[in-house]
Amino acid sequence: MNNKTGEQDLNLVIAGHVDHGKSTIIGRMLADTDSLPDGKLEQVKETCRKNSKPFEYAFLLDALKDEQAQGITIDSARVFFQTDMRQYIILDAPGHIEFLKNMVTGAARAEAALLVIDASEGVKENSRRHGYMLSMLGIKQIAVVVNKMDLVDYDENTYNQIVEEYTDFLAEIGLEAERFIPVSGMLGDNVADRSENMPWFEGKTVLEQLDSFENAALPHNKPYRMPVQDVYKFTKGGDDRRIVAGTVAAGELNVGDEVVFYPSGKKSTVKTIEGFKEDKQHKVKVGKATGFTLDEQIYITRGELASRADEAEPKVSARIKANLFWLARQDLVKDKVYHLKLGTTKVKARLEKINRVIDASNLNQDEAKEKIERHDVAEVVFKLDRAMAFDLAGEIEETSRFVVVDDFEIAGGGIISEAMEDEQSWVREKVMRRNYNWEQSLISREDRAEKYNQKSTLILITGEEDVGKKPTAKALEKRLFNDGKVVYFLGIGNLLYGVDADIKNGNNDNNKEEHLRRLAEVSHLMLDAGAILVVTAVELSQSDLELIKTTVNPQQIEIVWLGDRVTTDLEFDLHIPEFTSEAEVSAQIKGLLQDRGIIFRPW
Amino acid sequence: MDHLDKLESRSIHILREAYSEFNNICMLWSVGKDSTVMLWLARKAFFGHVPIPLVHIDTSYMIPEMIEHRDKLAKEWNLDMIYGQDEETLAAGDTFPNGKATHLECCGRLKTAALKNTLNGNWRRYRYNHNKDEYELDSNREPYTGVIVGARADEEGSRSKERYFSPRDRNNDWDIGDQPPEFWDQYKTDFAPGTHVRIHPLLDWTELDVWEYIQREKIPMVSLYFDQGEGKRYRSLGCAPCTEPVESTASTVDEVVEELKTGKFANIAERDGRAQDKEDGGGLEELRKDGYM
Repeated sequence: MNNKTGEQDLNLVIAGHVDHGKSTIIGRMLADTDSLPDGKLEQVKETCRKNSKPFEYAFLLDALKDEQAQGITIDSARVFFQTDMRQYIILDAPGHIEFLKNMVTGAARAEAALLVIDASEGVKENSRRHGYMLSMLGIKQIAVVVNKMDLVDYDENTYNQIVEEYTDFLAEIGLEAERFIPVSGMLGDNVADRSENMPWFEGKTVLEQLDSFENAALPHNKPYRMPVQDVYKFTKGGDDRRIVAGTVAAGELNVGDEVVFYPSGKKSTVKTIEGFKEDKQHKVKVGKATGFTLDEQIYITRGELASRADEAEPKVSARIKANLFWLARQDLVKDKVYHLKLGTTKVKARLEKINRVIDASNLNQDEAKEKIERHDVAEVVFKLDRAMAFDLAGEIEETSRFVVVDDFEIAGGGIISEAMEDEQSWVREKVMRRNYNWEQSLISREDRAEKYNQKSTLILITGEEDVGKKPTAKALEKRLFNDGKVVYFLGIGNLLYGVDADIKNGNNDNNKEEHLRRLAEVSHLMLDAGAILVVTAVELSQSDLELIKTTVNPQQIEIVWLGDRVTTDLEFDLHIPEFTSEAEVSAQIKGLLQDRGIIFRPW
Repeated sequence: MDHLDKLESRSIHILREAYSEFNNICMLWSVGKDSTVMLWLARKAFFGHVPIPLVHIDTSYMIPEMIEHRDKLAKEWNLDMIYGQDEETLAAGDTFPNGKATHLECCGRLKTAALKNTLNGNWRRYRYNHNKDEYELDSNREPYTGVIVGARADEEGSRSKERYFSPRDRNNDWDIGDQPPEFWDQYKTDFAPGTHVRIHPLLDWTELDVWEYIQREKIPMVSLYFDQGEGKRYRSLGCAPCTEPVESTASTVDEVVEELKTGKFANIAERDGRAQDKEDGGGLEELRKDGYM
C-alpha cells in the first residue's frame, strides 16, 4: 500500500490556476486507483449528504488531511498514490499567486508535471505563469489537462481552442507538452477511465499518460562535476586522511583520475575514494555523496568545483548573464549587495544590468524597468565579488543554477546563460594556468605554519603619500623579526628595476595593472614559502585589491590604512588615523595579527 | 542507485551542508530508530567520525533500555554526548505520571520546554566525559543555531509541511504559511541573530525506508523494537508511561521489515501507540510550532 517503495517512484507536480480543479483531479485519481483508506470515500459522501452540500472529489484531500492525525501517509503537501506500474508522489503546488514560492519548492523536485486548465475559463494568468516556472525549473515532461469538460458540454471546439492557445504559449517559452487531455475530474472522464462523452478524443487518459512519463535520468554522460562541500581532517580522532567531500553533480570519477578544482585551477590526482563501512570503491558516479583523497596536499576549500582534467572544464567568471525569477516581497535592485549561491559557492553579488523584464503571466517584455518585482522573470547581468566556477544552462543544468539570497532569505533563482568578461579575467587566466602547472612541494601549508609558528600573510600598508608607510613597514618587519618570525619587507622599488624591468617605463593603466599582478605573484611565492610579507603602496583602490585577491588567497591578506584621510574606496582591516612613533603603530599592527590568529598571542 | 542509495546520499549531503554552514550546531538523538539512522548517516557523512554534539532530552521517564543503549553507543562511537532536562518540574513532581498534569502539559514541560532551554543554553547541560566515564555539568552555554532533527514527512500532518531547513524565530515560532522556498539543493543557511534553523535530513524517508536501511546497514537498535518472547514490541519509543507496545512477534529486523511490508501494520499509523497525538485534534502541530520534535 502506501509503504511500497521502489526505484520507479515518480515525483509529480500538479500545477495550474487557482480553482481550475487540481484538488478534484488528485481526489479523483486517488479514488479511482483505490489509493484511499477503506471507507473514506463513503464517509466523505455521507458527511456531504448530512450537510446538504454536493459531494466533490476535492473534499477527499481535506478529509485526508484530518486523517493525518492518525498518521496515514497522505496530506496536502505530499500525496501518495499508486497505479499498477508504480508509486507516485504528488507535490504541492498551490494555484494562488501568493504561494508561488511554495509552488516553486514543490515543482523543483518534480520529474513531470500535469498542468490543469479549466475548459470553461480557458488559459488564465497562472496557467501561463506556472508553465513558465516549470520551464525555468527545468521540468521537461509536461502534460496539460483541460478540466471541467462537462461544463462546456464536452465540446471539441472549445477544447481545440485551448490546445491551440496554450501550445503557442509553450512554444514561445521553448516548451512542448507531451499531450493534452480533455477530462472532467468531477465526473471522472478520461482520468482513470476513458470517457464515453468525448468519442472524438482518442489519446491517453491521465493515468495512462502518467505511466508513460519517464523517471528523470541523472546526468551520467556529462563531464564530472562535484561542488566541494568541505575538506575534512579529523586528526583529533587519530585519522590523518584529508578527504575532499561532496555530492557528484554530473559524470563520474575514478581512482587515478587527474582532478582540477575551479576557480583556483589547482590540480592533483585521486588517490582513494573514501567511504564508511562500504567496500573499497574505484569509481564514483553521479548522485552519490562521496569523498576522495589526493596524491598531493593542495590547499582547496569549500566552494571549489571539482572536474576532471580529461574532460571539458567549467566556466570561471565574476560576471554572469542569467535568466532569473524573483519570489521575494522586496524588489531586486541595483546598488545593493546580495549573496548568490551556486553549488557550494557563496559570493557577494550586485545587479549590474537588467536586460529585460518579462511578465510571466502574459510574456510582455519591458526593457526600461529599473527593478525586478515579486514574481517577475528577467534577463540580468550580475557582477560578483569574486570569480566562481559554473556551467552554462544548455551544458550541465545542475551546475548552472543558483539562488539569490536577500536579507537571510532565498529570494529568487537563476540559470546562467553566459559567462561574461570581467576586469580580472586576464589575471585569473594566468593564475589558473600557474596553479594548474604548479609543482607541488612535499611540505604542506599547514606544515610550514606549524614549523614557523605563524600563518603566512600579506600585510598591505597603504595611505596617502608621506604618511610614514615605509618607516612603519620597516619597523614592523624589525619587530616581528625580533620576535622570531619569518618576515620580509618588500619595497616596490626592489621589484621595479628587476622583476618589472621590461615594463617599468610605461605610464598607461595596463602597465600599472601588470605591475600589480607581478607584485601579487611575487607575494604569492613568498606566502607559499611561509613568510609574513610586508608591502607598502600609495592609495590602493578596491579594484587594485581585487586584482591582488585574484592572485593571492584573499584570506591571507591584511590591509592597513595609515593617515586620517581615506582617499579611496578600499575596504581595509585596520585604520590608523594618527600615531606618534613607528614603535606605536607597529605594535598596533602586531595586535591585529594576534587578533586574527596569524601569530600567537600569549595570555 | 537504488531508492535507499538516493535517500542516503541526499541525507548525507544535507548533513554536510549543515555542518559547514552553521557554527553552533547539534543533533537531537532520541535513541529511537529514526535519529539513530540519522546518527549512522552522520558517521557515513564524516567518514566514521561524528563532529557534531548529540543532544538528548531526558524526561526521566524514558524506558530504561534507551538510556543504556544511548550510553553504550556514546562510548563505542566516541560521541560528544549531551543531555538536558526540566529539573524544576521533575523536582516538583508536576508530571502526568504523578497525576499532576495532562499528557500535553507534561510533554510541554518535560520535552518542549526542556528542549528549548537546553538548546538556548538557559538550563543546564550535562556532557559525557569519556575519560571519567560520567556526565558532568557542561560549561558551554552557547545557544545552538542549527539543530538537526530526525523528523520524517510521513509521520503526521504537521511534519509533512517542514522544509529540509526550517527557520524558527526568536520565540521558537514556526510560520507554516510563509516558509522560505527551497529548490535546487539550496537551503536556508543564512539567519538573523536570535533565530535558529531546524534541519531535517530524513524528511523524505518513510518508516519502511528506515527499517530497510537498518537492515541493509546492520545498524544496532535498542532491543525494545523487537519481541522478546512476550508477543509485544515497541513500534515507536517515548516515555514509559505514555508509550504502549504493539502486539507483534517480530523479533528481528528482517521480521519487522516483513511485518511492515505485508503484515498487519502495512496500513496502520506508526504513532498509533502515542497518547499525546490523540488528546487534541491539532495537538502536534501546536506543539511543533512551540518547538516540539
